[in-house]
Amino acid sequence: MATGLGDNIEERISKLEIPWNRYGVDPYGASKANLRWMFGLFGLLYRHYFSVKVFGIERVPARGRAMLVGNHSGGIAIDAAMVLSACFFEMNPPRLGQSMIEKFINKIPFASLWAGRTGQFTGLPEHAVRLLEDDRLILVFPEGARGTAKLFTERHTLVDFGTGFVRLALKTRSPIIPFGFLGGGEAMPTVANAYTLGKMLGVPYLPITPYGLPLPLPASMQIRFGEPLHFTGDGTEEDEVILGYVEEVKRSIARLIQEGRTPAFSLPAGARATTNGGPSQ
Amino acid sequence: MKVLIVGVNSAIARLIVERLRADGDEVAGIDRRGWNKAPIEVHALDIRKRAAEDVFRKLRPDAVVHMGTVTSLVMPGEERYRINLGGTRAVFEHCRTYGVRQCIFVGRHTFYGAASDSPLFHTEDEPPMALASFPELADLVAADLYAGSALWRFPELHTTVLRLCYSLGPSGHGTLGTFLRGARIPTLLGFDPLFQFMHEADAAAAIVLALRKRPRGVFNVVGDEPIPLSVIIRETGRVTLPLPEFVYGLALGRFGLPKLPEGALQHIKYPVVADGSAFVRETAWKPRFDDAITMREYRAAFPPPKSRGRGDG
Repeated sequence: MATGLGDNIEERISKLEIPWNRYGVDPYGASKANLRWMFGLFGLLYRHYFSVKVFGIERVPARGRAMLVGNHSGGIAIDAAMVLSACFFEMNPPRLGQSMIEKFINKIPFASLWAGRTGQFTGLPEHAVRLLEDDRLILVFPEGARGTAKLFTERHTLVDFGTGFVRLALKTRSPIIPFGFLGGGEAMPTVANAYTLGKMLGVPYLPITPYGLPLPLPASMQIRFGEPLHFTGDGTEEDEVILGYVEEVKRSIARLIQEGRTPAFSLPAGARATTNGGPSQ
Repeated sequence: MKVLIVGVNSAIARLIVERLRADGDEVAGIDRRGWNKAPIEVHALDIRKRAAEDVFRKLRPDAVVHMGTVTSLVMPGEERYRINLGGTRAVFEHCRTYGVRQCIFVGRHTFYGAASDSPLFHTEDEPPMALASFPELADLVAADLYAGSALWRFPELHTTVLRLCYSLGPSGHGTLGTFLRGARIPTLLGFDPLFQFMHEADAAAAIVLALRKRPRGVFNVVGDEPIPLSVIIRETGRVTLPLPEFVYGLALGRFGLPKLPEGALQHIKYPVVADGSAFVRETAWKPRFDDAITMREYRAAFPPPKSRGRGDG
């Protein structure tokens, strides 16, 4: 383990640089009690169920605003859960990543409550700007729901990126830390997506696996953080300029994924590796 | 300063009267309900009637505070539209006709509405987006926007539109105070929105501050940080009664639950949280009471009713 804090969740929560009020709730509604439960569960998955290797966690700023931008990997949000876990369990002091989540989540009972109480908010520009200006660490998947819908055979590809995240990064002068996530496709080998059934259940689709259920297998995963990207501008640039920046982020992520697939690149120069236990180790 | 308060017989307006009189201001009021043993001159009138105009003519107030709007929780139906829209129009027209220098419209932060895709911390420049799910808010929203239009229609009139968050306090009045009256507070299973409230004395203090500092424009006014509804229920000594949404919908108007418009459920499902920083910047506003004191005072004034079967008898 890379840090001296250990996995004591209580202690890690107390080290988060978040202004809790007397009820253990931050101004946005994230609550210590709910984070305790969330990281208790995520910790089990991160440390024991999956085998997660993290490269370059030191590239995530220890404090101040930043935007983690990566690829979706796996039919459900295991990727986000493991990135949040890496920032919480591997950083010292730990940081709370705050994902920009899909709109449908807020309509679902309990999912809405848990998302809000753990600091995960609907991916609205207003939320991103406010959190970044408050020097938080946000997590963005520019592929959106189309990214989680990737099939097993497409797991190392990238679908089209939205462009809003670059404008927001420029507007708030936030660095973008690209990351490549590998292994989500192996954990959730989606062979098809049931869109009609999903819509009936209030979600965009349901991933279908060879074993039927949309439950993850105990696969090996990698999270590879790249060097922070700083772009110049104020977010009002023309589309051509923004698209150029988006392509640069996309190329960085594609490179990180490729490095993860190539044994020779398993540990990029200058990046620190952290390996967690798991059934395969 | 001569101040006329429209809708003077409310918990917050009475506190404003107290403060203004203590500061030596001359205060008069208009209210359809009248005010028994009022310490000031109160005209039991409908603001839309001719006699109300006479009050403006004779009194010639320097400033008017318009608090005479009603919510759908208090008054359902067409009459509410007439009161909120006709009343607000009458207030501004009389202000213009009789040379009033300042007018404060007291609105509500529910202007922004509650929806699954609404952002947290609404700023004053946001449009009201949730009317589709709660059409009963439309007249209040329209009254708020109408009041705001006075900023350009009557430039000689110093107009301030305040969007106050819920108030809570020992009077027990207001939407939140009424909602929390019972021992068991029905909530929606699987939802626990952030709520924003301030002490009723702070609400009055903010309005008085607006009279003194005369900020021009539209401002959200909030108290302490928002907290989850479940925390408010717990800290006021009540118990949460989580009901699935379809059960809640069916139970409205039965089993002692108020008959609410369906859209009102959105407000216990999703948060309406306003960003009050512009008012703070403009007036150096600082609430005196934090949320803990506010809830404690409400709880002391309204101890949770004993459950049936465990009562005195």
